This record gives sequence, structure tokens and C-alpha cells, in this order.
Amino acid sequence: MNISILFFCIIASLGIAFFSYNIWKIKYNINLGLSLERTDQKRKRLKTMILVAFGQKKMFSRPIPAILHLCLYVAFVITQVELLEIFADGILNEHRLFKSSLGGFYTFTISFIEILSVLAFIATIAFLARRNLLKLPRLNMKEMIGWPTKDANLILIFELILLVCIFTMNGTDEVLFQRGASHFSEGTIGSFGFSVSSFIGPLLFDGFSNHTLHIAERVGWWGHLFMVLGFLNYLPYSKHFHILLAFPNTYYSNLDKKGKFTNMDSVTSEVKLMMDPTADPYAAPDPNAPPPSRFGAKDVTDLTWKNLMDAYTCTECGRCTSSCPANITGKLLSPRKIMMDTRDRLVELGENKRKNGKDFDDGKSLLGDYISEEELWACTSCNACVDECPVNIDPLSIIVDLRRFLVMEESKVPSELTGMLTNIENNGAPWQFSQNDRLNWANEE
Amino acid sequence: MQVPTMADMMARGENPDILFWVGCSGSFDDRAKKITKALVKILNNCQVSFAVLGSEESCTGDPAKRAGNEFTYQMQAMMNIEVLNAYEIKKIVTACPHCFNTLKNEYPELGGDYEVIHHTQMIQDLINRGKLGLEESGSFKGKKITFHDPCYLGRANDVYEAPRQLIEKLDAELVEMKRCRTKGLCCGAGGAQMFKEAEKGNKEINIERTEDAIETAAEVIATGCPFCNTMMTDGIKNAEKEETVKVLDIAELIANAAEL
Repeated sequence: MNISILFFCIIASLGIAFFSYNIWKIKYNINLGLSLERTDQKRKRLKTMILVAFGQKKMFSRPIPAILHLCLYVAFVITQVELLEIFADGILNEHRLFKSSLGGFYTFTISFIEILSVLAFIATIAFLARRNLLKLPRLNMKEMIGWPTKDANLILIFELILLVCIFTMNGTDEVLFQRGASHFSEGTIGSFGFSVSSFIGPLLFDGFSNHTLHIAERVGWWGHLFMVLGFLNYLPYSKHFHILLAFPNTYYSNLDKKGKFTNMDSVTSEVKLMMDPTADPYAAPDPNAPPPSRFGAKDVTDLTWKNLMDAYTCTECGRCTSSCPANITGKLLSPRKIMMDTRDRLVELGENKRKNGKDFDDGKSLLGDYISEEELWACTSCNACVDECPVNIDPLSIIVDLRRFLVMEESKVPSELTGMLTNIENNGAPWQFSQNDRLNWANEE
Repeated sequence: MQVPTMADMMARGENPDILFWVGCSGSFDDRAKKITKALVKILNNCQVSFAVLGSEESCTGDPAKRAGNEFTYQMQAMMNIEVLNAYEIKKIVTACPHCFNTLKNEYPELGGDYEVIHHTQMIQDLINRGKLGLEESGSFKGKKITFHDPCYLGRANDVYEAPRQLIEKLDAELVEMKRCRTKGLCCGAGGAQMFKEAEKGNKEINIERTEDAIETAAEVIATGCPFCNTMMTDGIKNAEKEETVKVLDIAELIANAAEL
């Protein structure tokens, strides 16, 4: 067996195996969440996924980043064809395996990839500039300091390197082909005729010897492969994981009206019992009844699996935070931080549980150690963050569940709200007016 | 003012076509009471068969639910549902988007299934069916009016057009704020914030929102929510623009234009 085939297979298998292991971990973590039924209305779900994730519908409310992002996204999707060829060539020790069989279509496809790659290159530079030179406010907020900013820049740099590899590979091969020295068909002089590399190849690489070009071509080829495998394995640790989860996350979107908050069935049964005149208050609890659940959420395990998938899908773009009325007016709340905290806490807890067993309690929680009460009480439940999210993440549902825990389990309610709640309970209105006076307005002038 | 209650109606053996859910603001808040009366004038003028619950109405529980107190919410909801179901209510109109949202979306799971509409939808329907005519030379003709989208009407329930079409019926010039419809900025009162001081920040949300409205140079800020009305009115006072900018509910605009 050829040594390069062996090397290729080992590298590729290791890369894919490690990636699979990390995917398993993420799946394990998401499954730590509570169950939630989201498999109904399959057609509507599919439609939502196609429009929002595949079609990027919600991105286009901000056209500039939408177009830049579209360039990267389309280039990324189409480049997979070239990657397929790299894998085929690697395993079979071939050189441009698809060219002979696809002929003109091959030239078209690679040319298309090259044009998209140029656009992606420009977009990536623009993204780097927006982050680091123009310092766009939403990309430079408090919660972005440190790792999140590094993560974002690393991804963009990875992408630049990947694109440089593609053009090195195709450009040098073009020059070699023109000299009759390409491994594609040695001895034959010709041109691949690709849209970009057939011009920039000779421009950049004409001065080099065949030997140097052969090495550069291989560096481009292996570089591409290493970058792809590296990138793949970087994804599970990065905000960039959205490129995979955007699809299931939009499929499992909330399809109800945004104003509808979930009904807490555990409370319904309690309230029904309270209002039932025939209920026996001293009755022994049903021995087969499940243990009473916690009201609301204190930690990530009290959230639903969809909340947790949301957290892994978040790419920290900050559209939510930049539209949040509380954040705009200087309050502590940032919906993006809610999602980032949820993910950070989930990663921490998942790691601890895998190390120390499923019932392990590390004494920390999402509420308190990550998210403060002040953040939660700043929310107006206006749904701007939910509406903004390009991948249908719902930060509001986490905020509400954490509030529920504060109020119902800990009785930690801002004092003015205690008054409001007491009034509702006593006289059926948030203010101190008698219920008997509800129709007085009809007789007032 | 003639306002039949469900109890009166039932005593007479009658059944109204629609229940007007007044809500706590509409019943007790001095500013919101004017909106309530404007809507009643419209309903009476169009001879809509309606009734209110009067002293049998109670808070929907919305602020309790948004504040995280599901117990108080569900107690309220179940009591209200018992009353509504006892009267065999099928259809409800309300001038409060918070009541609207709760009745429409959250009551069904607790056994309260009704067709719920916002008053702007109802007024639009009355005009479309020719039940309500607006005066030709209406008092709002040519005036600039901007519409502030209540979160619980717009984003929460996707109702954006009814209030806007009504403004256009006034022959007024509808001017949009830079943040409108799905991108509309909250007035700051939702999620039980109406009943508490805002958390620490560098600005009040209603001030930020009122600035959006003032920027349009509109003479009237129209809205469809008693809470938004309070917040925007406060914002206008803060900007010392009470003389030049009025905050009015769509029902008030229409009642005024129809000279009711």
C-alpha cells in the first residue's frame, strides 16, 4: 500500500473519529434537558427549516452582513464537492479523479467554486474588518471579551487559510499543466481553464521551478485537508457549530404564537386540586406518583432539550442583544449572554457528569453562578430577541423559566411585584381597586 | 353610558354576539377608561350586540404569568374560565393586547376556548362591512400619525395591519418610526415591568421609544394598548411635547373621526 494513502487514511479516520466523539458529547449534553414534544406539523417544520436555515430568510433584515454571510455560506456548501474529490483522490492515490469522467461539467463546477471562493475571501476580510477595525458595537460588547472574540477571529482566519490552500493547489497545478508537468496528465500540455486559478496561477507561480510547484501543490492539497479536518474538530468547541445545528434547530422551532408562554402542567394539577371542593386535603399522596418536579429552572437540567440545542446553535452574532430594549437602555440583560451562559454551564455540567456519574452535583447552577436576578428582572418579554434570531433561538423562554424558579421556589420577587401579585390575589386587579368597582367607569363622565 | 352586563343579559334571557373584555387598565386607569368609553361608543353606534362582565371580570393573570408566578396566573385563569364558560361565551373583543394574548393563546390549555379579537380588528371589520362611516372632513385629515406597535399585538400575535389600515381610513398620513412592525421597540411596560421600577440602566425604555416617535414629526402617536399609552404619554411629558404631540388609542381616533 502506498505510504501516502496510508497516511491519508489515518489522518482522515482520526479526524472523523474525534469529531464523532465530540458530537456524542454534545448529544449527551442536550439530552440532559427536559423532554418537549416538537415532532408534530412536519411540513410546517420542514418549510421553516428550508426558509430560515437553508434560505437564510431572517438574515436579510440586515442586508450588508446578509450578503457577506451568503457568500461564505454558498461557497462553504459548494466547496464540499472539491472536498469530495480530495477524499477520493486521497484514498485512491489519484489526481483530479473527477475531471476525466465529468469533463466540461468539472471545469464549470470548479470554476464556480473558485468564483465563490473569491467572494468568500472578500467577505471574510470584510467580516474581520467589521469586528476589529470598524468595531461594530454588537460584536464588541462586554460578553464578547476574551475567548468569544478570539473564537470569532480564529474562525475567520481558518477560512482565509483554507481559501489560500484552494488557490495554491489549483494555481500551481495550472502552471504545471501549462508546462506539461501536472500529475493530472504528465507530458500533455494544457490548461484546466478554471475561472480564477487559470489567471492568478501563472501570475503568482510562473517564476518557480517544477519541483517547487509540485511541493506547493501538495502543500495546498494536504493543507486543505488538514484545515478541513481541523475545522471540523474545532466546531464542537466553537460558536461556529451553528453551521450544523442551524438546520435541526430551525426544524424544531416553536411554531406557536410568540406571545404564548408554556402552560405549567404541574401547577395546573395543584390549582385544580385547590379549586376542587370534593378534594380531600388530608389525602395521602399517590405512592405511584412521580416525585414533584421543580417549578421553573435553576440549572440547565431544568430547561428543555430545545433550550439546550438553542444554546449550542447560538453563533453569538448579537442581533438579539442589539434589539433588546433593556440592553439598548443600559440594563444588564443581554439575551446573547443568556445563551452563552447556558452553553458554558451545560458544557461544564456535562463534563462533570461524565466524569463523576449522572447524579453528580457540582454545587453550581445556571441561576446565580452565571445569570443574575438583575438580568432576569430587566426583561420586558417583548420578543424582540426571539424575532431577531436568524436561527430561531428563543432566549425569552429561558428567562421566563428562571424567573419562575425565583418566584415560585425562592419567593425572590421585586417588592413592587409582590404588591401587584397580592392585589391580583385579593381583588382581581394588579392595583388596589375593588372588583365590585370594575364597572364604575360606565357611570362616570 | 349604556353598557349591558352579562348578568343583565342573562336575566333577560338574551345572549350577546360578543363579550367586551374591559381589562384592569380599561376599568380602573383614568386614561385607559377613556379608551374603554371610546370603544363602547363605537360598539353602540354600530349596534353591536355586546356585553361586559362588570364585577364578574377579574385580571386575566397576565402580569402574574410574565412575572413568573404561574400559580396566581392559573388561579385567575381558571376562575375567569369558569365565568366565561358559564355564560357560554364564544367571542371576545378587548382593547388590551395583554388580555388579548392571554385569552387567545393561553386560556385554551386550561379549558377556555374562545375566538378572541383585538379592538382594532373589530373596528376594521365594522368599517369594512359598512357599519361605521367616518366623516369626510375628519379631524385627522392630512395629519401625520405614527403607530407604535404593542409587543403583545405585533410580535406576539402578528397583528400589524389592522391598526395601520384604520389610520389610513382617517385620511391621515401614516408615518413609520425607524423601528416598526416586527422591529418595533417595546415601550418598556411588558413582562410585568409596568408594575415595578426599571432595573438600573442609563435610560428609560419609554424615553428611548418616545424619541423614535418624535423623530417622525407626527402630531399623534397612535397605539392599541393601555400600557403603551401610559408609557408613551409619560415619554411625551418628559420631552415636554404635550402641547404638540398627542398619544391616542386607535379607538379614540376612530370615535373622534366618526364624531361619536
